Amino acid sequence: MADKFKVLYYVNQFFGQIGGEDKAGMPPEFRPEKIGPASGFETQLQGQGEVVGTIICGDNYFNENKDDAMAFILNKVQEITPDLFVAGPAFNAGRYGMACGETCKEVAVKFNIPVVTGMYPENPGVEICKEIAYVVKTSDNAGGMRGALPTMAAIAEKLVSGAEIGSPEEEGYIPRGIRKTVFDEKKGSVRAVEMLIARLKGQPFETEMPMPIFDDVAPARAIKDLSKATIAICTSGGIVPQGNPDRIESASAQKWGKYDISGQDRLKPQEFFTTHGGYDPVYANEDPNRVAPLDILREYEKEGYIGKVYEFFYTTTGTGTAVSKAKEFGSKIGEELKTAGVDGVILTST
Amino acid sequence: MVKEIERYGLPVVHMATITTISESVGANRIVPTVAIPHPVGNPKLDPENEHKLRKNLVNKALTALTTEITEPTYFD
Amino acid sequence: MKLEIGRIYIKDIQLGQETSVKDGILTVDQQGLINKLKEDERITDVKIDIARPGEKIRIIPVKDVIEPRIKISGGNNGFPGVTSKQAQCGQGKTNVLYGAAVVTVGDIVGFQEGVIDMWGEGAKWTPFSRTLNLTVDISVNKGLDPHQHEEAVRIAGLRAAEFVGMAGKDVTAEEILTYEMEDVFTETSKYPDLPKVLYVEMMITQGLLHDTYIYGVNAQTILPAILHPNEELDGAVVSGNCVAACDKITTYQHQNNSVILELYNQHGKEFNFLGCIMVPEHTTLDGKLRVSDYVLKLAQIFGADAVVISEEGYGNPDSDLLMICKKCENAGIITQLITDECAGRDGLSQPLADTAQEAVAVVSTGNVSHVVTLPPAERVIGNAESIAVLAGGWEGALLEDGSLMCELNAVIGSTSEIGYHSVTCRSY
Repeated sequence: MADKFKVLYYVNQFFGQIGGEDKAGMPPEFRPEKIGPASGFETQLQGQGEVVGTIICGDNYFNENKDDAMAFILNKVQEITPDLFVAGPAFNAGRYGMACGETCKEVAVKFNIPVVTGMYPENPGVEICKEIAYVVKTSDNAGGMRGALPTMAAIAEKLVSGAEIGSPEEEGYIPRGIRKTVFDEKKGSVRAVEMLIARLKGQPFETEMPMPIFDDVAPARAIKDLSKATIAICTSGGIVPQGNPDRIESASAQKWGKYDISGQDRLKPQEFFTTHGGYDPVYANEDPNRVAPLDILREYEKEGYIGKVYEFFYTTTGTGTAVSKAKEFGSKIGEELKTAGVDGVILTST
Repeated sequence: MVKEIERYGLPVVHMATITTISESVGANRIVPTVAIPHPVGNPKLDPENEHKLRKNLVNKALTALTTEITEPTYFD
Repeated sequence: MKLEIGRIYIKDIQLGQETSVKDGILTVDQQGLINKLKEDERITDVKIDIARPGEKIRIIPVKDVIEPRIKISGGNNGFPGVTSKQAQCGQGKTNVLYGAAVVTVGDIVGFQEGVIDMWGEGAKWTPFSRTLNLTVDISVNKGLDPHQHEEAVRIAGLRAAEFVGMAGKDVTAEEILTYEMEDVFTETSKYPDLPKVLYVEMMITQGLLHDTYIYGVNAQTILPAILHPNEELDGAVVSGNCVAACDKITTYQHQNNSVILELYNQHGKEFNFLGCIMVPEHTTLDGKLRVSDYVLKLAQIFGADAVVISEEGYGNPDSDLLMICKKCENAGIITQLITDECAGRDGLSQPLADTAQEAVAVVSTGNVSHVVTLPPAERVIGNAESIAVLAGGWEGALLEDGSLMCELNAVIGSTSEIGYHSVTCRSY
């Protein structure tokens, strides 16, 4: 006889039946019972799992004391070792959604257990956790509870048993932004011509690749005194030391390299080459400075035009490299450069 | 990568050939470069002229780093 | 122009003393072929082998795939402008050894080569697990510079296909497919009410190992040019591309361009297919601006109502694709895009290097970074260790038991952006 799987449930002060806005400042509490939606959720599990307890936390308290609230919650998860963590559903309540989103994300990352929640697609909490949790699509108000719980329970059961989760449309969750590679019955050329015909006839069609909208970053303040500034060189042109000691991939880079260029006047072709697979390497290999201009920066350094060239240069391969990876590299490199007191960065791309 | 580094408050200049991509993805300081296989070089030139070219491009980049801007700006 | 392609169905291949087809069995004169290829003094050694669908064979690193054919009438045999004298392609009769393919396998010239698995998991991901493959492994003089090396291997593959194609000389084709398209005025007067559609075929033309040739002309040097679809179906376009095996248009796929074939299927029914615009992919911003302006202008001269645009490669050419799309859409021409995506190994990344809100109708041919694990092969034709430097492979990708972990990047034809295969991506 299979054991029932253990569920730990998280709700806010309202769904935890403590009170309304007046209780939004309450710190987290644990009750070894099924409270509010936790009870309905367990019923939906039809004996497959049981809710062993409910954490109730005020929405204001969570958002204003995130570290303390998270510490409490993570401790409880550690103590109880549930197989599944569920939060909400938060519908369109922003603070509640943020709380559900943050808790789901951190629990999933720390304990590697499945996490399920439910929100209205516009709830800001969705973006926080959708890649790591399953966020069931709900209506924008609590009237949708009856529809949300069964969907959440169904996904939860699949997650716990390891069954494959179908598409967002089939299973009822908000698309997680994950592109899954699958086979279609029809060849791409056939689908393309069919889509074209539909469009020519003014019939409905659905694109297979929605276009992303990129966010903006506010321009950083300019360097005030270049003659005292430390400038760092970065490149996505894949310039690496001969032998590619860190084995940076020639496409779809999974890592970046950091190399000491102190004392070097230029990047010498005997010492550096390009491992980037997406462009004709001949010219870069003849003279790597054509991609990462260390030679000119050294000249400027000698002339006093710039303060100095940062002693390390950063490199990775920019072809077929996922934007998410590039973001990660940029973030880590940025952190290092900032800590090292670098004043400005020249980043060359091929 | 450019944007992520800039999030730390460091001015970054993107030297790239396909500047329409730099723009679409949101780089703020952009210097258009020669060609993909040799952004700051040109094998068709003799060494002296190539050196001038590179120096010129890097200078534009440094100018970009020392110029206050409020929106994506090309330095060419 | 009217072209009749005669299919001679090939059921098996074997090596022997003659080159012939009898009852569907293709025999290839092994020594004859080797001698023929070694006429090019740059080539020091040629190894011929066979890989059949279902056999536990892995072919790696693959450079090109070519369909063996023979010109019966109406033009020159071989690849005019490349392996034979210049002649018009696209008319008359051409016989095809249907089901057979010549696969060139080479010493690595750069970083981009590919794999074909003839069985199991890997076979699903490449269309060439279903063809009877004659592999031609070419070694060249050590002293050759990379450009020479690439050319030697490319030409050898084409000549091998020509040699093998001779087997179809006096054989009656079992099926004839007719491709007929007259001048645009005649076609339009036949179908005055059908929307006019052009095929904009982007070709990778970015330097060594990243080139495409039309009648032997390096397409890097051309302005966008009109091509009659029959010309591509009849050998006018040859691949010199070894970038990312996944979406490289092999010469075989040019000869059997799936977009052209599908547009022909619907020609006169759902729309009036006017022809092809061949478009180089440049590495300079100026080049991209020029090409996108030029494509729009040609489309407008034709009075096109819509264009189907296929890309070759990813990364910087994504911006060309979207530039052409934006300019056409904003001029009132409907665009249908076909492209693959770089969504990262976790599928979380944005699909293209650039974005355009005008691209509302896109077919995705899959994520080039999707990781597959290919079981150990009983036999490897070529060189298994080369996976580590393949675009998409990485150190440690060859596991101890002989299994290969790699991205689709490394699998020939897996994410074909001319929609040759059926891989796609869905949002989860």
